Parts: sequence; structure tokens; C-alpha cells
Amino acid sequence: MIPGDYVALAVILFVIGAVGVLIRRNAMVIFMCIELMLNAVNLAFVAFARLHGTIDGQVIAFFVMVVAAAEVVVGLAILMAIFRSRRSASVDDANLLKY
Amino acid sequence: MTSLSGALAAATITPPHIEYGQLSPLLVVFGAAVAGVLVEAFVPRERRRAFHLVIALGGLVAAFALIISVAATPSLFAHGSPGHVVAMGAVGVDGPTLFIQGTIVVLAFVSVLLIAESSHGVSPFAAQAAAVPGSAEEREGLLRGISHTEVYPLTLFAVGGMMLFPAANDLLTMFVALEVLSLPLYLLCGLARRRRLISQEAAMKYFLLGAFSSAFFLFGVAMLYGYSGSVSLSAIAAAAATNVSSATLLYAGIALVGIGLLFKIGAVPFQSWKPDVYQGAPTAVTALMASCTVVSAFGGLLRVFYVAFGQLTWDWRPAMWGVAILTMLAGAIIAITQTDVKRMLAYSSIAHGGFVLTAVVAATAAGLSASLFYLAVYGLTTIGAFAVVTLVRDPAGEANHLSKWAGLGKRSPWLAGVFAFFLLAFAGIPLTSGFAGKFAVFQAAAAGGALPLVIIGVLASAVAAFFYVRVIVLMFFSDPAPDGPTVVTPGLFTGAAVAVGAAATLVFGIAPEPLLALASHAAAHLFVR
Repeated sequence: MIPGDYVALAVILFVIGAVGVLIRRNAMVIFMCIELMLNAVNLAFVAFARLHGTIDGQVIAFFVMVVAAAEVVVGLAILMAIFRSRRSASVDDANLLKY
Repeated sequence: MTSLSGALAAATITPPHIEYGQLSPLLVVFGAAVAGVLVEAFVPRERRRAFHLVIALGGLVAAFALIISVAATPSLFAHGSPGHVVAMGAVGVDGPTLFIQGTIVVLAFVSVLLIAESSHGVSPFAAQAAAVPGSAEEREGLLRGISHTEVYPLTLFAVGGMMLFPAANDLLTMFVALEVLSLPLYLLCGLARRRRLISQEAAMKYFLLGAFSSAFFLFGVAMLYGYSGSVSLSAIAAAAATNVSSATLLYAGIALVGIGLLFKIGAVPFQSWKPDVYQGAPTAVTALMASCTVVSAFGGLLRVFYVAFGQLTWDWRPAMWGVAILTMLAGAIIAITQTDVKRMLAYSSIAHGGFVLTAVVAATAAGLSASLFYLAVYGLTTIGAFAVVTLVRDPAGEANHLSKWAGLGKRSPWLAGVFAFFLLAFAGIPLTSGFAGKFAVFQAAAAGGALPLVIIGVLASAVAAFFYVRVIVLMFFSDPAPDGPTVVTPGLFTGAAVAVGAAATLVFGIAPEPLLALASHAAAHLFVR
């Protein structure tokens, strides 16, 4: 496989993640779809690093992983709090704020 | 053996050169945030608030003093240089950045005053965020009179991220700063003491949509890295000037990075989070977001579009025109239908973002300085307005529904008068800072060749003036509701926040020249590359 194919795969994964965020109802699954998008980004960075022959892209992938881990900590705390209050993780049930 | 391997390592790895002096404002704010975490760990609960206040306010004052001292360093701007790139190319220190950082620090200082307000025995923050609303644990926490003091270090981390975001000279640093400013804000949104379900819902919406937009930003960074082989803004600009081979990557990168940045500003069509989050978050946190976050996000947007995409103005300008028009019109028109005062201010904030975007599309030094001035005066007015919102209360907490504000001018003329003054400033009536700001951005936009934008902007201002005046009429010319809210006497901190907002709105309305001159001096050489 040439690096260009990996970029194409990254785009496909990113689109799958983005569509998942838009159509899924469970906050947890939405969050997993966002993680899929971030991993697609990592794949794109590593593939481009290989294409350009520089190491920057691989280092950036590590940064993305660390930030994603921090995001998981904050996100799960918020989702836990809302699940305990409502007994539901569906984003359709959280409808107090609208228009 | 160890010395040999040490020598080998020294030969291959050059230690990074860090200019601590020029980075000191950032380091002080982050240092104060870390000190706040240590206070949480080691200081007894009843004394924490005092410690936090000293550290947070002291840290922000010190950061402001350091920003001024950096800006006054003669060597920084010697020989007409726009500034320095420090920390191995990661951070730019230049006029616009220092102006934005100074603005953020001042606005954060006033916001921290609001966050710290607890003169009526209640802090605006939950006793225990982990306790389920309505549970015995929650009641116990409320009875013991405790509250989350973690809000101070969280605020400082967010402010540190906001200061780094517009200074970031490469897109990786910008992404890390984006997350450092966003993650604490997601948590702060969910910590309201009253109406906790709404607050938690706001936190969840902000988090999911914020993470979604960060993923777009990051994919855009990946595309630009693929295009230019670097994430540094100047390298991307250099590649855009020479490399014409893979334009798809470049345009995809501009669009995706633009989406990430416009989301943070709350520009239409990426505005849907803003009313919900502004309404649900504790009002003090809303004040922080409506002022500091907006300033910081515009700083980042200006730097990316002026430095990295500076030669591609003709490519991104049409899209930015569309976004600016949609933002001004949608913000102003949807605000008319709002019945909640915080939601109305949120839509007003969206519309104001559109007004600043008209100056951004000019892509000139005049546009930059007008944006800087507008952001500074708008931030101070908006904090004042949200500070007034915290004072109008009923037994359930803040009385945010506009019907409860009817006749407020008859019962507390001073408070209603100050709020009316802020609304007139939002509407852009002469002798308020809002007029000076609008005049500056529309003048810059017209000079930059965007006359149709200016016309739409003036029309949107007229629409917006309608709903601001409607609230004023409601407050002064309708009868008070029998179950109306009480207006609490402002504590020292909230009083100071309202006074600073009102004084700044008046002073910069009557005499805007010194601040305008400072902004145009700061923007004269644009951003460092």
C-alpha cells in the first residue's frame, strides 16, 4: 500500500465517525465516534509523515493521543453526572434547553 | 560510559531555547493555576476560598503587569519588526497578541470577581457536582454550606489556554491551547448550584459539540500538514505561495480549520451550541465565555487567516462573507423571539461576532485594529450585563425569564438603568462604547471593499436595536408582576464588576481615542511570521 491509500482510509474513517456523531442517539456512542474521528486524524498524520519523510507527523500523533485521553477524562465525568441524574444517556432525552 | 553516551546525546540533540521573559505572562497564569490545584490538596476547606482569591487575582494582575513590560521592551519591536517568535517557533509575541492577551487578562479578572461572589451566603457553584440533583447527598452538601472551590484553578487553566491560543505560531500548539481552554470550560458549565439538570445538559452539549469541532480542526491541521509538510503557520503560508500541485489538500485544510475556529466564535452555521450553553451555565461562567473565549477565538482566527492564509485572501473571502452575513442576520433575527434574558444575550453575542467578522474579511491592518478594539469594549460591556443578570433573583435562583423583568425599572431604577445602558451599548447608540466599536469595524470593512457587508451590518444592527429597546420598554413602561423577582443588593465583587463594565462602556463611548490609538499601534505591523 502506498501512503496515499492510508490517507484515503483516514478520510473514510473520519467520515464514518462524523456521520456516526450526527445519527447516533446514545451520548456514549457519539463520544466513541468522536474518538474514531481523532484516530482517523492520527492515521492521516502518520501517513503524511511517511509521504514527506519527516517525523513531525508521528510526534503530532502522540500529542493527539494525550489530548484525547484528557478529553476522555472530562467527557466521561460529564456523561456520568448526567446519566446519574437522568438514568439515561440518550441525547434526545436531554431537551430542557431549546430554541 | 555514561559520560560517553551523554556526549553522544548532546551531539545529536540540541536543547530547545526558551525565552522565559517573553513567555512570562503565560507562565504566571499557568503557575497560578497549578498553585490553585495544590491549595485544593493541602489547605483546609474553610480557608481555601481566600487562598484561591489571592492566587487567582494576584496571578492575573501579575500577568497584566508582565504583558505591559513585554510590550514596553524596546528590543522586541526594534527596526520595525512586528515581534518575535519564541519557544522554538511555537509561540509568537507581537503587538496584536499582546493586546489580545492584555484584554483577556482584564476580562478574566472581572469574571473571577463574579465567580467569587458569595455575599448572600451562596456561591453560584454546586456543593458537590457528583451528587445527584435532589438526593440526600446534595441536601447534606448544601446544608453544610460547602461549594466547589476547584472553579478557581479551572478558570485559570482556561484563561491560560485562552492566552496561548491567539499566540500559537503553529497549528499543533494552537490545538493544544484550544483543548486547554475548552476542557475546563466544559466542566465549569456543569457546576451550577441551581437548576442543575439544565446546567449538566449544557455541559454535555458543549462537550460533545466542542469535541466534534476539535476533530474537524485537527483533520484540517492534518490536511495542511499533508500539503506543506509542516504545521507552522509561516511554512504553510510559504508553501501556499509556491506549491500549486495539491490544492485539494490546501482548500480542505482551510475549510476544516475554519470550521473549528468559527465554531469557537459561534458563527452561523456553527452557532447552535451557544444559546443552550450560555443559558445553562452558571451566569458567572457565561460571562467568562462570552467575553474571554470570544476574544481568544477571534485572536486565533485572525492569526491563522492573516498569517497562514494571508496570500489566499481571494480564496477564503467569499466564504467568510457568507458566514458574516448569516451570522449578523440570524443572530439579530432569532434574538427577537427569545424569552430568556441569557438566551437573548447569547444570540446578541452571535450577532456581535458577525459584526467583528466584517472587519476580519477586510484582511488589513485597519481591520485588525478595529477587531481588537471592538472585542475589548464588547467584552467589558457583556460582563457588566451578565453581572446585572445575577442580581435579579426569585426563590428558585436567578429570574431569567423576560416576563419577570417587567416593571423592574419602577422597583429598582438604578439596576434597570444600568442594564438599559448596557443594552443601548449593544445596540450601538452614540456615546456608548458599542457605537465606537461598530463605527470602527464598519469603517474598516468599507475601506476594505466590503460595502455590501456594511449595509447588511447596519440593517442587522437596526433589527437588533428593536429587541434591545423592547427589553428597555418592558423594564420601564410596563407594570411589575405581583410575583416579581427581588433585586438583591450587589456584593462588593458583583458591584465592582457592574461598575467596571458601566464605566468602561461610558468612558470608551465618550473618549475612545486612546484605546483606538493603542489598538492601531498594536496592529500596525500585523502578526509576526
